[in-house]
Amino acid sequence: MAEPWIHVDVTLQIGPRKQRVQLTGARQVLGIVGPSGCGKTTLLRVIAGAESRASGDVHALGEVWQGPGQFVPAWKRGVGWVPQDALLLPHLTTLQNLEYAGRSSREETLEIADLLGVTELIHRSPRHLSGGERQRVALGRALLAKPRILLLDEPFSALDPALRSRLRRVIADRIQNGPRAVLVTHDERDLDAFDAQRVDISSV
Amino acid sequence: MDPANAIRLSLLVGAAATSLALVPAITVGYALSRWRFPGKFMVSTLVMAPLVLPPVVTGLLLLWTFGRSSPVGQAMEAIGLPVPFSLIGAILSAFVVGFPFFVLTVRAAFDAVDPRMEELSRSFGVPPIRTFFQVSLPLAMPGIAAGTVLAFARALGEFGATAVIAGNIEGRTRTIALAVYASLDAPDGERATRTLLLASVAISAAALFGFEALNRWHRHRLHADG
Repeated sequence: MAEPWIHVDVTLQIGPRKQRVQLTGARQVLGIVGPSGCGKTTLLRVIAGAESRASGDVHALGEVWQGPGQFVPAWKRGVGWVPQDALLLPHLTTLQNLEYAGRSSREETLEIADLLGVTELIHRSPRHLSGGERQRVALGRALLAKPRILLLDEPFSALDPALRSRLRRVIADRIQNGPRAVLVTHDERDLDAFDAQRVDISSV
Repeated sequence: MDPANAIRLSLLVGAAATSLALVPAITVGYALSRWRFPGKFMVSTLVMAPLVLPPVVTGLLLLWTFGRSSPVGQAMEAIGLPVPFSLIGAILSAFVVGFPFFVLTVRAAFDAVDPRMEELSRSFGVPPIRTFFQVSLPLAMPGIAAGTVLAFARALGEFGATAVIAGNIEGRTRTIALAVYASLDAPDGERATRTLLLASVAISAAALFGFEALNRWHRHRLHADG
């Protein structure tokens, strides 16, 4: 087994109840599964540095992101977050959303836009995109942030089956030698496509 | 009595009070919407107090704080900004009575911005202050503009606090509301009263129309889902 790159041992606050989650990721992609409401999204928020109510330790890429008396703020972690509902910024165009992190050249932006099939949409407002289109733009935005870790929260859930299987290949290919990823999914085929290490957090 | 003078003065006082309140209202509105801090309840209560206090009482409190016998009042006078019976006093009372409306609207505008958008921005390496200017502020902007209009309209209507702290001096502190009151007693003040009432209703109606339109724009803009 490869060297572990992420270790999480946290107590999540999920609504009124607390749940302890422990996991260690060694493969390139860590696939998180579990029933709805078990804390998968909250776990991603913890790794992103957005969950102040979670206590415990987060070690990633040889650094301590969260521990006793220690907390690396979100903007210093270098993650690329794809929320389940995309969360595009409504006051910006699609292009501005794609380039939000400001770490890509225009050429790279257009290459990713082409790869995700959103080139035609770049001058539109997110308001005028369908759910699937928004999800693809959110994926592009995260890839263009050149993250050290991609956080994918059911990134293909709004896509039709054909597009879903094409994009699985595209993203899997993209991250093969690139960033590590934590993938939250309900779909076992996502895990297969990414050759992900499967972690069921309802049973840990 | 020249109604035009009172209308000009009211617009000046309203504009000055609202401009001065803009940055404090955004700061306090944002803090109340997003932060948890000790004394939050006190800050909120203090800001909202002029909403429920009789304006005359607000005026008296201002007079105690900024009057010539208070240290603050003496300091203001020393730097050439005397508060009692001056334009500064009229602007101050307009500021204080408009401020709660401003903060309430701005707070609601920030409450309506999904905090996850800010979290997401920070996760992309954008620090909190830049995230505020790139995400929170632009998304709340129509609501902030609505608050500006509301505070301006409230400032225009201010009577009690102004009368106590700034008096009713023609050309200097006599705003529309005070001029209407004065015109009731004036011989042949009827024409002036009519003009002032018309101006007051027209400005208030325009302000409320603007407030509604800006609020709609705010709601529309926040919904990326269409």
